[in-house]
Amino acid sequence: MKLVPLEIDGQAIEVPEGSTILDAARELGVDTPTLCWASTLTPVNVCRVCVVELEGARTLVPSCARQVEPGMKVLTDSERVRTSRKVVLELLSSSVDTSTAPTLRAFAARYGATPGRFGPVAPPAGLNERDAARAGHHHSSDGACAESVHQPRKVDNQLYIRDYGKCITCYKCVEACGTDAQNTFAIAVAGRGFEARISTEYNVPLPDSACVYCGNCINVCPTGALMFKSEADLRDAGNWREADQTTTRTICPYCGVGCTLELTVQDNRIVRVMSPPEVSVTQGNLCVKGRFGVTYVHGNEPAGE
Amino acid sequence: MDIHPISTPPTPDEVEAVASVVGPAGPLVGPEGLPATEARRHLLLPVLHALQARVGWISPGGLGEACRRLHVPPAEAYGVASFYALFSTTPRPPRVVHVCDDVVCAARGAGAVCAALETKLGPAGSGEGATWLRSPCLGLCEAPVAAMVTVAGKAPEEASWSVRGSAEEAAAELAAVVGGASAPAREEARVRQPREGLRLLRRVGVVDPTSLDAYRATGGYRALERALQMGNDAVIAEVTASRLMGRGGAAFPTGRKWAAVASQPARPHWLVCNADESEPGTFKDRVLMEGDPFALVESLTIAGLATGCELGIVYLRAEYPLAHARVQGAIDAARAAGLLGANVAGSGRAFDLEIRRGAGAYICGEETALFASIEGFRGEPRSKPPFPVEVGVFGKPTLINNVETMMNVPAIVLGGGAAFSEVGTAGSTGTRLFCLSGHVRLPGIYEVPFGTSLRALIDLAGGVPEGRSLRAVLLGGAAGTFVGPEELDVPLTFEDTRRIGATLGSGVVVCFDDTTAMMPVLQRIASFFRDESCGQCVPCRVGTVRQEELLARLANRRPHGGLPAEQEMYRELSQCMRDASICGLGQTASSAVESGLKRFAGLWEGA
Amino acid sequence: MEDTDVVVFWGSNAREAHPIFFHHAMKGIRAGARCFVVDPRRTGTAEWAEGHLPLRVGTDIELAHTLAREIIHAGLVHEAFVQNATEGFEAFRAHVEPWTLARGEEVTGVPAARIRQLAHALGTAERAQICWTLGITEHHNGVDNVLSLINLALLRGHVGRQGSGLNPLRGQNNVQGGGDMGALPHKLPGFQDVENDAARARYDALWGCKVPPKKGWHLTEMFEAMRAEALKSLLIIGENPAQSEADAGHIRKLLTTRDILVVSDIFMTRTAEIADVVFPASASWVESDGTVTNSERRVQRCRKALDPPGEARDDIWILAELSRRLGRDWGHPTPRELWEEMRSLSPLHGGMSWERLSEGEGIQWPCPTEGHPGSVVLHDRLWAQPRQGRAAPFSCTVGEGPVDELTPEYPMRLTTGRRLDEFNTGVQTGQYANPMRRRETVELCPADLAAMGVADGDTVRVTSRRASVLAMARADERLSPGLAFMTYHDPDDIDTNLLTIEATDPKAGTAEFKATAIRVEPLGAHGHPPDQHAPHA
Repeated sequence: MKLVPLEIDGQAIEVPEGSTILDAARELGVDTPTLCWASTLTPVNVCRVCVVELEGARTLVPSCARQVEPGMKVLTDSERVRTSRKVVLELLSSSVDTSTAPTLRAFAARYGATPGRFGPVAPPAGLNERDAARAGHHHSSDGACAESVHQPRKVDNQLYIRDYGKCITCYKCVEACGTDAQNTFAIAVAGRGFEARISTEYNVPLPDSACVYCGNCINVCPTGALMFKSEADLRDAGNWREADQTTTRTICPYCGVGCTLELTVQDNRIVRVMSPPEVSVTQGNLCVKGRFGVTYVHGNEPAGE
Repeated sequence: MDIHPISTPPTPDEVEAVASVVGPAGPLVGPEGLPATEARRHLLLPVLHALQARVGWISPGGLGEACRRLHVPPAEAYGVASFYALFSTTPRPPRVVHVCDDVVCAARGAGAVCAALETKLGPAGSGEGATWLRSPCLGLCEAPVAAMVTVAGKAPEEASWSVRGSAEEAAAELAAVVGGASAPAREEARVRQPREGLRLLRRVGVVDPTSLDAYRATGGYRALERALQMGNDAVIAEVTASRLMGRGGAAFPTGRKWAAVASQPARPHWLVCNADESEPGTFKDRVLMEGDPFALVESLTIAGLATGCELGIVYLRAEYPLAHARVQGAIDAARAAGLLGANVAGSGRAFDLEIRRGAGAYICGEETALFASIEGFRGEPRSKPPFPVEVGVFGKPTLINNVETMMNVPAIVLGGGAAFSEVGTAGSTGTRLFCLSGHVRLPGIYEVPFGTSLRALIDLAGGVPEGRSLRAVLLGGAAGTFVGPEELDVPLTFEDTRRIGATLGSGVVVCFDDTTAMMPVLQRIASFFRDESCGQCVPCRVGTVRQEELLARLANRRPHGGLPAEQEMYRELSQCMRDASICGLGQTASSAVESGLKRFAGLWEGA
Repeated sequence: MEDTDVVVFWGSNAREAHPIFFHHAMKGIRAGARCFVVDPRRTGTAEWAEGHLPLRVGTDIELAHTLAREIIHAGLVHEAFVQNATEGFEAFRAHVEPWTLARGEEVTGVPAARIRQLAHALGTAERAQICWTLGITEHHNGVDNVLSLINLALLRGHVGRQGSGLNPLRGQNNVQGGGDMGALPHKLPGFQDVENDAARARYDALWGCKVPPKKGWHLTEMFEAMRAEALKSLLIIGENPAQSEADAGHIRKLLTTRDILVVSDIFMTRTAEIADVVFPASASWVESDGTVTNSERRVQRCRKALDPPGEARDDIWILAELSRRLGRDWGHPTPRELWEEMRSLSPLHGGMSWERLSEGEGIQWPCPTEGHPGSVVLHDRLWAQPRQGRAAPFSCTVGEGPVDELTPEYPMRLTTGRRLDEFNTGVQTGQYANPMRRRETVELCPADLAAMGVADGDTVRVTSRRASVLAMARADERLSPGLAFMTYHDPDDIDTNLLTIEATDPKAGTAEFKATAIRVEPLGAHGHPPDQHAPHA
């Protein structure tokens, strides 16, 4: 395999052709924040939190998507990089409920983000109000509050909830539902601009959509906007106790593909089922049976009660 | 694809609308493999246009029919339909009048017109059988206030025109059109400068744009003939020698682009003409397409043949119905005359053209967003590299140039690259079209050699109206910068404007006189970018909102945490938008606002 | 799957039945692989295919022969591979010679052009994957069906190389592992033949006992033996034959008349309800430690995450206790101890230490030594020069058609299958809050419904030579005329297996679930029949 030499923060490195700057930076142990990137998904480079400064480039470049070229000189922690990362995290933190997004919050703390400087967060929209927005039209605010995507969660089935007030529109769920894994295309980005949102066709409830409840969107969601209903219910009840939980990897009891399940157990109950992305069989994915159909071990009652 | 269908059935009208694009509905097409099924997706935008034009909105039943015929998942099709401002995914009256309230029209009274219309008809969007809506720039800036009417039905209509008179008179005229009257006929675009030395505009206003014979009688198609004699390499060599630079805003050397596409081994090669002119204040491509459409068709034919393309797509903004009709007419006439098709001008070589219409999205003027739009996806820009010359539309090598750039080609082919470059400056060869609007006596399109000063250009348009003085010029459009009276001697070249931190952009020159309140201008620009952001990347999606909010706070004199804190916030915000946005929209969305805040004293204090 | 040129799903609706495997196939298809589906129904899988071959139920062998003849006649046989790695080609060539495209079309109902298209795709592809599931095996001649697919792979050498292979997709998470561990009547752990004295001697030595020297009964033979009263008592572990077997009414009668029926299960299944003794077991995949083997021969670790409820016990504990009380004290070995003992006896698993299995994501057998990485590709010996081991034989199989013949009295063909969100008899999947759950129906093509004067949603009686059930009819344009589809996911409501025939493959013992002769009669009512659901005790 051909190796490409480049320089990151003054350190020389050679990485295989086709690698991204992010790959090379990680190889050097440079901790680069990412939100919309995942090892199992095609890079969409939309969150812009991984941007780096590339000598000769007019703008910063997304390290997650930009492939290495010989002789590149990259800075991962310059003033420009730090400022953009900070502002991106401020823009997200000021417009999105990050209460179940510990990774994003840690990044925000690391870069000294102060989202409050845009003013107090605007009150939440009504249920489905943002879904009715028309492209190219908006009501201008008086700037007193920072507009946000806060809104009530959508609960239209007993398996998982969609809390789009927590959505950073990273496209991961769309990719997992689409060509990168499930090929079901139940959801897509609709609308545009600040009113861009993840939606089924005409915002129909999931049971009327193409959704097959594989939950592969939950597996990749970085902010808890998509969440097992069992987890959401426990959180609502103030009874989600991470300290009392165990995480165990086992194999799905259904078909012969042999998907690895990562079970979160609290009080001897399965409260969440995830799939590790690095396992070659599953690559972070499951079907409805492995994701939700395993609670039969608790008998015929909804989990979380 | 195992698509979960929309359960609402289509109406017969909707079935017919979809079939008008896809072909008559036979039995459900069986599986034919992924590449074949996904290959139909590019028909999505034309199908959505057909539905919108037939029934006035994209209903679940209509979208479901589109999905069934095209094998597109409904959620994705909805994502596309809801992306474009001219499509409605909720019921909308069939008759809609769109009134421009963008920067130029606003400077010329659009606000008062809309207010008067609101008094007459109720707020935008209200009404049963007909309604009116506010619109971003409709590209009729030389004659504000601009309006466009679209009527859905079996025989859909669309027309744009200039509303004249006082706010009351204008509102009455608009209300009449909402009420069913025909839109007043629009004047042909005209050239208001001496005709001597005109290259691009030489036929505009004097040669019948609907006549191939008239075009030929004025030298038309001699360049194609010459190009076929010269051969591809020689044509590209002349374009390179001309040092022609792209007129779309990025100013990339055109010859290099052509050579790069021609040398790509992958096939097919695609030609795309960017006619999605949507920068507020820009109307030059419209004038060219309306006034000399055959010249565009001939230019594209030369470009396509030279770079190994067999098919070209003109991506034309939907707000230009007359330009659409003219270019379509020119394509049809050229094809009928054997100047397009399987055997172009008897050369034995194939080239043809097809028009694809945008649907109300400024972002689709960005080349990679334009490709996505053609392919039937949301108009979201893609990462570069790879560049279009390698991976463009449908993932193939693509030559993309805008209308004005292409229209320079016949002169280069006929006169040679060297002769072409004698006009203009060393770094900016040839002539350039400028769109003068706002507070000038003779708004319109002007063609001047590169290097002409901004002052001379404004003088050519008659200067600011009697008794007023110039406060500022918005140069380059909403993505440009404000230039003050003290900078009017800047030579209009790529390099000189860059030196003063400005840009020629798309050739926009909006003049504001001393009576103009600048904060509303900045707010309209900020509002425009918020509306037109595709929403893909965070700096642009949220940054354009925060920028608009800041201006609102300044206008209300209610800054958060004191002015220095706001100034520091905006410095960082605009830096992030410029540095970290995916595409040119986000990267320049703070450009005019930032330059305005810097230039106009007191704006930070709410003046 | 990602690195192949052609993917054939034959009697497999992987889109629904093996969704995560289908993800891998989709990666290959998106990378340019051509996809073909052989299935009587236009399934979700078929919707992704370039070619769908809707064959008549039970004509798989004839279709395979027609494909083979076309490949041979088109000169697309991989001569070098056939020479090196196979035997019996000449006889096979002669055997399939009568199977012209025209005859193939006549017998299978698949248009000749589509047969030709698949033949040429297989014949020209560098690499191809042939995947099948129960659509191939759940026939009275399932083994011959499989041998016929093997013939196709051998013609072009689509086996034993990266990107090529024959893939039986296992329906349950440890079907493969059960075989690995010797849960077969003729095999010891590691697929060693029970009738091989040398192999058996090693087990005898370690276990300190005499392993019976003759092969035992497979499932179907057990029922035969019950019928003949040669098998009087049963211990059933984690299986629900009272509902999962074909001709279920007859099976239930056999089970209820045993001297002693002991059932070990995690649920009080219908089978458990008729047992004399029930052992409440733990859910092996989550309430105890152990291993399973998946369809790609990957031995994977299951881990205990939950304490079993009440008095439920680990399967190993139950067996050990049973043994102790029957007079043989094994102690209470841990899963790890049992694994280490097993791998000391099975060369295929010899290199799979418990640590190695626990650290990674499992190892694919054969893995003879601890330094061995495991085997991604099987049968690569066929490509070795000279070939290693025995030659792969072509098989001159003969299509016989389903046992349950269509007659004027039973004119329609009922086939069965699985839906995405359900599993087998629904014991497990009946218990989650599944938004896709729906009452079971019998699905027919719109033309058949119209011909019977039945509207979509009417109640009908479905009758086979064995029984009748009531169900709501649903129109499904993915079915061809004469074909009906049902699942057996909710047997407490609609007991589809009362209809199916217990005609089994003589070698594998698999029943012909896929081909039942039925008639469908309108009842003059609309909607689902009254809920036939009887709550579990």
